[in-house]
Amino acid sequence: MANLNVKVGSLELKNPVLTASGTFGYGEEFADFIDLSRLGGYIIKGTTLAAREGNPYPRMAETPAGMLNAVGLQNKGVDYFIENIYPRIKDYDSKLIVNVSGAKPEDYAEVCRRLAPLDKVSAVEINISCPNVKQGGMAFGTTCAGAAEVTRAVRSAYPKTVIVKLSPNVTDITEIARAVEAEGADAVSLINTLMGMAIDVERRRPCLSTVTGGLSGPAVRPVAVRMVWQTAKAVRIPVVGLGGIMCGRDAVEFLLAGATAIEIGTANFIDPSVTVKIVDEINDYCDRHGFSNVSDLIGALEC
Amino acid sequence: MKPSMPSFLDIEAGRKRLASMRVVASEPIHSLYTLLKLTMDDGSPLPPMVPGQFVQVAVPDAPHTFLRRPISVNMVDEADNTLWLLIRRAGEGTNRLCDLNVGSVLSVILPLGNGFSSPIDPSERLLLVGGGVGVAPLLYMGKLLAEHGFIPEFLLGARSEVDLLQRDLFAAYGEVHVATDDGSTGEHGLVTQHSRLSQPVDKIYCCGPAPMMKAVAKEARRIGADCEVSLENMMACGVGACLCCVENTVKGNVCVCTEGPVFNINQLTWPI
Ligand SMILES: Cc1cc2nc3c(=O)[nH]c(=O)nc-3n(C[C@H](O)[C@H](O)[C@H](O)COP(=O)(O)OP(=O)(O)OC[C@H]3O[C@@H](n4cnc5c(N)ncnc54)[C@H](O)[C@@H]3O)c2cc1C
Ligand SMILES: Cc1cc2nc3c(=O)[nH]c(=O)nc-3n(C[C@H](O)[C@H](O)[C@H](O)COP(=O)(O)O)c2cc1C
Ligand code: FES
Repeated sequence: MANLNVKVGSLELKNPVLTASGTFGYGEEFADFIDLSRLGGYIIKGTTLAAREGNPYPRMAETPAGMLNAVGLQNKGVDYFIENIYPRIKDYDSKLIVNVSGAKPEDYAEVCRRLAPLDKVSAVEINISCPNVKQGGMAFGTTCAGAAEVTRAVRSAYPKTVIVKLSPNVTDITEIARAVEAEGADAVSLINTLMGMAIDVERRRPCLSTVTGGLSGPAVRPVAVRMVWQTAKAVRIPVVGLGGIMCGRDAVEFLLAGATAIEIGTANFIDPSVTVKIVDEINDYCDRHGFSNVSDLIGALEC
Repeated sequence: MKPSMPSFLDIEAGRKRLASMRVVASEPIHSLYTLLKLTMDDGSPLPPMVPGQFVQVAVPDAPHTFLRRPISVNMVDEADNTLWLLIRRAGEGTNRLCDLNVGSVLSVILPLGNGFSSPIDPSERLLLVGGGVGVAPLLYMGKLLAEHGFIPEFLLGARSEVDLLQRDLFAAYGEVHVATDDGSTGEHGLVTQHSRLSQPVDKIYCCGPAPMMKAVAKEARRIGADCEVSLENMMACGVGACLCCVENTVKGNVCVCTEGPVFNINQLTWPI
């Protein structure tokens, strides 16, 4: 049994396995399938200042080894979350992290300010990379100035751990990572979905109501591993890796590339108990290779 | 506040679970449809399920099928502990499922969704309207209604006589009315043109292709019958986590996999 503890900034996790926002609901949807206390932490749905209805149906299209989504941040707003959802989910014995989105830097900051007093929210993950909303979202994540501006606003409003989630839809993700590091982000997570598109050729129409959407699942994994590897070399803050992780082997790939923790997204749709299996499989890998601490795997790629 | 388990008459649905299920029968109906009968691979009893609920099946050996496939509960046979799935070939996923051999083991998430609401008064005139493979959830529904002293009638629509599924099984639970597009059996025309709809109906339960359900909903409004429809929106997770399957309702966008698949037409924003 290896020691699976890792630290993301000052955030201590009992193991490196987190859930990816938007793929794990509020955690409670999976309580029939897994013991949530076995996770390092759970990152819940994207939360905005005001309620959002999201995009019209159809919002999803299956693609080779993955899927496109265009949910568009449907959620009931931060106040509803605090009053109605937080009390139901705060007592899972696992670190609760809220994913935050907004149309303006001040909106991000305001959501974080309202979350700050909640004891059981250990960190925020700032989504500057959503490809499915017209305003804000990815617009901030594709320029250094935009990414820095949002990070600065959030940093001044939120004293606990700030993780900034980066978009892969950029020429050089390391520049953006350095820009948010300079503004005081405690960690970066990557990747969010890759912008994609699928066409129903019989009907000669786009598969999604929004025409384009975000690609996730194993199809994106090699891109994600490459970006995590590049980013981990470029910044001093911890990198949280995600994109197409389906099993323990995939998770270890990200750790070796330099990720301190990992998030499981689309795989939850295929197997709702996959997260705890991955915790076990990472442990088995450590045992098999004689690592007594999972942290020794971080960046242990030999090349 | 966990949502309470859906219930139907005296049955309360079991908690969701991920199960290994073994195919104990695979009965092709004709080239387009197969009836699969599944049992729990570990021999445990099936979880309680209510009519209108569905399951999410992982499709084995299907390289282009990444997500699970949602399939309705067609029947729960307590006597031999089997769950029946009636499957229509629509693409790679359903083709693989239709071709499964006895003994194959599947990963299934069950039971999912809300199910139909139960009637209260045995004198209610209940009409269960199904089109194509949409008849699937109505069989289990008809069985439970009949067992609890209700008198269900069925109005089944199909393209042609060969596409009319499980007619004899329905007949065991109530009177069966039939409409076919080509008139090969029953009345010639659409279910909404069937003469049964010109006689009194209190409540309609409907499942089938979207255009058919919309036409039935419109007819229900016209004749003043209460009406529930079972939607088949595209799904990813099936458990309310991804928000991919939403339907626009009077409460805004809601997940079909958790708040549905069954909706009262008064909840929907269909232009009917
Ligand atoms: C709650 C629910 C219950 C269902 N119950 C049954 C059932 O009892 N028996 C049955 O045969 N089918 C049922 N379906 C439909 C079934 O899930 C689809 O036919 C199946 O997902 C198609 O997968 P495929 O890989 O075979 O086809 P694909 O190659 O994925 O698609 C083939 C065609 O089917 C269409 N399609 C894909 N997904 C769906 C969907 N969810 N609903 C309708 N059309 C779709 C596609 O647009 C495409 O035109 C149900 C769907 C839902 C949501
Ligand atoms: C249906 C769906 C909804 C998502 N919603 C969000 C969201 O609200 N906020 C966010 O930062 N990322 C969101 N994502 C992106 C995922 O968190 C993750 O970055 C991406 O899917 C890549 O990981 P994966 O391949 O393991 O799924 C969503 C992804 C999916 C598939
Ligand atoms: S399919 Fe994921 S929420 Fe319904």
